[in-house]
Amino acid sequence: MSDLTTGELSGWGRHPVVRARQRCSEDLEQITTGAVLTRGLGRSYGDASLPPPGDHAVAVTTRADRLLSFDGKTGVVRAQAGLSLIQLNRILLPRGWFPPCSPGTQYVSLGGMVAADVHGKGHHREGCFGEHVTGLRIRVADGRILDISDVVEQDLFRATLGGMGLTGHILEVEFRMQPAASPWILAESERFEDIDALIEGLHRNSRRWPFTFAWVDMLSRGKARGRGIVDRGRWAEPSEAPARPPSPRKTISVPLVFPNWFLSAATVKPLNRVWYRAHGRRIHRGIVHPESFFYPLDSCRHWNRLYGRRGFTQYQAVLPLRSGRSGYHRVFDIVEEIGAAPFLCALKDFRAEGKGMMSFPKEGLSIVFDMPICDRTQAAVDALNAFIATEGGRVYLAKDALTRPEHFRAMEPRLDEWLRVRRKWDPTLALKSALSVRLFGDPS
Amino acid sequence: MKVVVFGATKGMGRALARLMAERGDELFLLGRNLANLEGCAADLQIRGASGEVGYAACDLLEPGGFAWALEQATARLGRLDAVVVTAGLYGTQTTLERDGALRQRVLTVDFTNTIEFCEQARVRLVEMGGGVLCVFSSVAGDRARKPVILYGAAKAGLSYYLEGLDLKFRAEGLRTVLVKPGFVRTGMTEGLKEPPFTVEAEDAAVAALRAIDRGHPVAYVPAIWRLVMLAVRHMPRWFMRRAEF
Repeated sequence: MSDLTTGELSGWGRHPVVRARQRCSEDLEQITTGAVLTRGLGRSYGDASLPPPGDHAVAVTTRADRLLSFDGKTGVVRAQAGLSLIQLNRILLPRGWFPPCSPGTQYVSLGGMVAADVHGKGHHREGCFGEHVTGLRIRVADGRILDISDVVEQDLFRATLGGMGLTGHILEVEFRMQPAASPWILAESERFEDIDALIEGLHRNSRRWPFTFAWVDMLSRGKARGRGIVDRGRWAEPSEAPARPPSPRKTISVPLVFPNWFLSAATVKPLNRVWYRAHGRRIHRGIVHPESFFYPLDSCRHWNRLYGRRGFTQYQAVLPLRSGRSGYHRVFDIVEEIGAAPFLCALKDFRAEGKGMMSFPKEGLSIVFDMPICDRTQAAVDALNAFIATEGGRVYLAKDALTRPEHFRAMEPRLDEWLRVRRKWDPTLALKSALSVRLFGDPS
Repeated sequence: MKVVVFGATKGMGRALARLMAERGDELFLLGRNLANLEGCAADLQIRGASGEVGYAACDLLEPGGFAWALEQATARLGRLDAVVVTAGLYGTQTTLERDGALRQRVLTVDFTNTIEFCEQARVRLVEMGGGVLCVFSSVAGDRARKPVILYGAAKAGLSYYLEGLDLKFRAEGLRTVLVKPGFVRTGMTEGLKEPPFTVEAEDAAVAALRAIDRGHPVAYVPAIWRLVMLAVRHMPRWFMRRAEF
């Protein structure tokens, strides 16, 4: 049965909000008929998973989450697009398999992981999720259902990796899992006094560790600007790990939408200071739960409500290596000048571009931080984008809600080629989203 | 545990079958659509179900096929520890008042034919020395309310029946588990306005499995409905005439 629910939809950032007709069913082929877009768990932050304003139907995949096949020898798994990473991990991690690429939350669907071509703490080694996808089943605009891969309809396949769901409805995903020595993580963390030391520390750690990332205190000023903590980890050897498998972690939930002032510079600045100081100078080392290493924020469900009714945006951009340290200082300058109060800031080093024609990562360093939606936010994003574009960097569409089309075009020399492939498979632009209307000028 | 699940391709039945598979139960699935059953069987297999997950087509609209379907299940599993029935139909009160054909279908499926299936399952379970018969009814069967008169009547009858089985056959080893969900987000309730205490199919499945394991004869899902319905059952009739819930 696929009845329609009409209601307000937004991404994880709770901004923007559109009215949409949603269809949710176990039968993905049925609900994608006539839908302008397919949506998974709605964890992209901005408008990527939203249909354009107007009377449009969006197919929701969450009930189409069957595992279709799993090869215990090669680790190749095939599943319907709605399968969530949390389900996959709970089923396969105890058997010694983990996805080759895992974003910062496990409340994502496989279809969403393909559409955003997600990256994770292992990007410096393994690249994006798309590098490990061996096949997709996709329903293209004319209704045909195609099995595509890097050898069959390669243009469509590569345009779909990171294509934000705009090349067709992703129905099934097949990819290769990786063996994990044990289901536990051996993690270390180390504190660095300023942004230069932190970046240097991150790069140094990535040469030796399969998983790395850095937390940044973006509200510290002066000499302490950009101080932070590098987290690094690897799968624990069976001899190091507890014999028992990790049990699902307890989570807490934010039960209501907090007042807007709850997260502000006045409250976050002292929190950051405490977090940084509490770590101390020594290196911490220990065996940790994989969920707390890979998905620390998942322990607090609905944490997006902490930003209040206004919602928030997450700004994520990658700066190529040649920008060097000055590039980072400039990003901090812009944020300080505009007075945007960024929280939850992280850095990650990327390896070179992968197969995805429109995938976000490229060789360099990525910076990501949250900003509550307020009068200054658009100006902050514009100023940051203008700078990122001149440096040859780009923004991550899965986070974006505010980038202007001219900035995106300036950042993305691959855009015309991708638009050509999209047009080839969808000449009438039957598939579209609020994002594609905003950035590519699709008629809504 | 060796379990037959009728309604395992969707909603709460699917969620319950998955929980059972993940802990290594042996499953046999019944449902209307063979292609869906095949897909669900493969899914449950990967999730950890023991043995080979079997399946057979069975439709609550066609009671003639019940015996054959249960025979297939018994042949595959050897014996049955539990039979779970989550299959059913729903229609809103306004639709059911208007659409005579649908009304007949809902009443036949949710009451007459579900009971017929349970009768046949009960006979097999008792023959084999006992086991669990778990049936999904609804809080709508606890008290007549304006929005669920017809659906509620069918579920009320079903609840009565299962209680009766417990009275008569408990001594012969039959353990009945009557699951009474409130509003659960599934394909069946898609598009309806959500009342308080709405839960996901997975939550309902966790509660149902706990009741099966512990042998609770009645499980409200979520548990708060036990109190709510206790209160509703004691509301005076004049109040229920005015109430719109």
